[in-house]
Formats: sequence, structure tokens, C-alpha cells
Amino acid sequence: MADAFTVVFTLAGTLFFLTGSIGLLRFPDLYSRLHALTKADNLGLGLIALGVLAQADGAAFVAKVILVWLVTLATSAVVGHLIARDALPGNPETGVMNDD
Amino acid sequence: MAVYLSVIALVLLGTLALGLVRVGRGPTPGDRMASVLLGGTTGVALLLILSASEGSGATLDTALVLAVLAPVLTVAFIAARRRPSLGESDRG
Repeated sequence: MADAFTVVFTLAGTLFFLTGSIGLLRFPDLYSRLHALTKADNLGLGLIALGVLAQADGAAFVAKVILVWLVTLATSAVVGHLIARDALPGNPETGVMNDD
Repeated sequence: MAVYLSVIALVLLGTLALGLVRVGRGPTPGDRMASVLLGGTTGVALLLILSASEGSGATLDTALVLAVLAPVLTVAFIAARRRPSLGESDRG
């Protein structure tokens, strides 16, 4: 039962990572690429963490897996915003950084 | 179960390699950085899978450390772009 749970959720999570990578390659500009990869980040890792939890032995293992997911949720949101804002045209914080 | 988890780990490694293509192509520094961001998360997922496969606490600790350290790279990158005096190489 636990194994079936793990198979379903890790498989779904891996699919998210795969689609995220494909989106990163196929999408035309930085913003749509960020869109593709932040979804893959949050949901893919969440599903994989759920799948891994079914194999857990002990409360410390469970707590750490949940902690990993929460840390990634927070940081990928912040970092996604940082990258997107940095690429805005005429961004006053970056001055004349529109060489790209 | 161990075999299944190894296959999943290999597929994740494949998506990591796919993301590296975008790091190579760019074209903007932001694109490269975004791809590295996805690579970091994929690495965390990979380590989670491996820790489930081995039942090893050390691998899980490594995943936690990677999750905490991965964003530092991007923050340093943005800081260097805001103050170009911090580095010349960020103009590529």
C-alpha cells in the first residue's frame, strides 16, 4: 500500500520536473520560462516529498522531508521574483542593465 | 522498490541534463540563472528519492543543505548585477 502510494506520487512529481525542463527549453522568453519552472519546482518537489514520506521511518525523517519542501517553496518564490524583476526593462534597481 | 526509485532518480538526472541545455544557450543571464534554479530543485528531489531508497538520514541532510544553499547563488547573482563593481563577469 505504502509502495503504491510512493509510486503514484513520485511518478507524478517526476512528470512535473520533466514538463518543467521541456518548458524551459521550448518557451520563447524569460518570463514564460520562469512560469514553467516555478510550477515544476513547487508542485513537482511537493509530490515527490509526499511519495518519499510514505517510505519514512520515524518522526525526524518526516519532519525533515516536510522542512525541505517548505524551504524550497519559500526560496523558489523569492528567487523567481528576483530574477523576473531584474529582467524588467528600465529597472531602476539595475540601472542600465538592459544589455540583454 | 529500490529498482523503481533508481529509475526515477535516473529520469530526474535526465531532466537536469535537459535544463543544462538552457544554461548553455542563454540567451540572457536571467535565463541561465533560471535554469540553474530548476537544477537546484531537481537536485533536492533527486536526493529525497535516494534517501527514501537507502533509508539514509545523511542523504536527507544533504538534501536539506542543498535546499538552503541553492537560493544563495541566485541572490549573489542579482546582487552582483545591481552593483556591477562586484564583478565583471555578470555582463555576459
